[in-house]
Amino acid sequence: MTMPTAVALEDTKVAFRLGDGRVYTAVEQAQLAVGQGEFVAIVGPTGCGKSTLLNVAAGLLKPAAGSVKVFDRPLAGLNKDAGYLFQADALFPWKTAVDNVAIGLEIRGTPRPEALARAQKWLTSVGLGAFAGRYPHMLSGGQRKRVALAQVLIRDPKILLMDEPFGPLDAQTRQVMGNLLLELWSADRKAVLFVTHDLEEAIALADRVVIMSAGPSSRIIGDWRVELARPRDIFEVRLDKEFHALHREIWSVLKDEVMKGYAQSTQAEAV
Amino acid sequence: MSRLTLLSLQLLVAVVAIVLWQVLSTVPVFGKILLPPFFFSNPVDVFSQIVKWFASGVIWKHLWITLWESILAFVIGSLGGVLVGFWFARQPVVAAVFDPYVKMVNALPRVVLAPIFALWLGLGIWSKVALGVTLVFFIVFFNVYQGVKEVSRTVLDNGRMLGMSEQQLMRNVYWPSALSWMFSSLHTSVGFAVVGAVVGEYLGSAAGLGYLIQQAEGVFDVAGVFAGMFVLSAFVLLIDMGVTMVERRLLVWRPTAADGRG
Repeated sequence: MTMPTAVALEDTKVAFRLGDGRVYTAVEQAQLAVGQGEFVAIVGPTGCGKSTLLNVAAGLLKPAAGSVKVFDRPLAGLNKDAGYLFQADALFPWKTAVDNVAIGLEIRGTPRPEALARAQKWLTSVGLGAFAGRYPHMLSGGQRKRVALAQVLIRDPKILLMDEPFGPLDAQTRQVMGNLLLELWSADRKAVLFVTHDLEEAIALADRVVIMSAGPSSRIIGDWRVELARPRDIFEVRLDKEFHALHREIWSVLKDEVMKGYAQSTQAEAV
Repeated sequence: MSRLTLLSLQLLVAVVAIVLWQVLSTVPVFGKILLPPFFFSNPVDVFSQIVKWFASGVIWKHLWITLWESILAFVIGSLGGVLVGFWFARQPVVAAVFDPYVKMVNALPRVVLAPIFALWLGLGIWSKVALGVTLVFFIVFFNVYQGVKEVSRTVLDNGRMLGMSEQQLMRNVYWPSALSWMFSSLHTSVGFAVVGAVVGEYLGSAAGLGYLIQQAEGVFDVAGVFAGMFVLSAFVLLIDMGVTMVERRLLVWRPTAADGRG
């Protein structure tokens, strides 16, 4: 199956200059292509640079070496074809839910009444039709994520970048959000690059799971295809035999990295 | 505690204080009046002075002048603070160059500027407005500066990823953030606008509440001084209530707006 590539990282290296002049290499080298309509999850231990890689794909960070290609064209500046769902709260706290969703259209020049009407529709499709007038602080963590999802999707980006978007949520809400995401995604199958530290979540959602080694100087060390049938239900798919087999296989690789990452993080604290 | 109990307890404090004041300044204790009327006056005199001011209507002119000076000081000071705060926050080089001077001017007790302003701007309202402006400006300036500097990185990145240009970021992210910081210091800056006006009047003017107090003091009219102070406190309380109302409307989106100062 060959798909046209939506976003590709080619021999990408990411490094930062630290305050004391040393150079910290977050990602040594990464080679990754996300096809159109493909849902790829990146899994790795804490501090392996998976979010960094996502920022490179978004154009928020420049790679130290290598390049990023979006629809086979080199990326310069921000990735305008991508929508980005952040891990932290990124809604504008001074705008109501509906204004937060509408802003993506308004800045493009869509007349306000039309933008608001479409924002209201999107809020309804993420299950928050009745909460349009609420400010972010009046919504729960899960509701804020729904608004953020609508805020990104209303612009109809061709690529969806997600940085542990459901990380701060409780286990049940995460699963509900996962199902919502799959449901919305199946409507038009955008290319998705989804970063998480939760292997189960990755397998349940994605077409491909990519594993990164523990940082610093991390690299991609594994790439698995998830052949579970779609449409999937996140609650159900976890009980599937295939799911378990795949989980065991990937975990055997990931486990060592998690231990390494943990050892490094405790060492770093000791210094 | 219910609202009613609280209110009655609050009233009780005032009643006890006033009764004590009245008794100690008129009834001798062991043959001695503890609060000599020459220095402390008494509540009845003070109250009748206030009534006289309002009955004759002379007070309105003074109140009006002080209010007008405060408003002008607040508006001009805030405008300057917002503009300069924004400018400095967006131009770190400018901020770094001016930093020691900003600190120097801010460290200066504003009272010493009053004679200068009186010389430059005369004894009319503008010398008082200028004094208020120097107080309001720095509060608003520091808050707006912080507000722009401390815009959440994630919110900013989100704005960029949603396709905002620099100008749209300015309007939709920096500006609301800066304003929210400015509004959070609204009570302080409005209070300082009044302080500037009254202190300016006190040090040299022909009208206003500060002038009224200064005049009474000049002829050892202690009742007049206290009366002026009471009118001033009531005036400030009223303004503060107005500010609270404005704040409730403007900061609805903030989790703390509802349980802020009342």
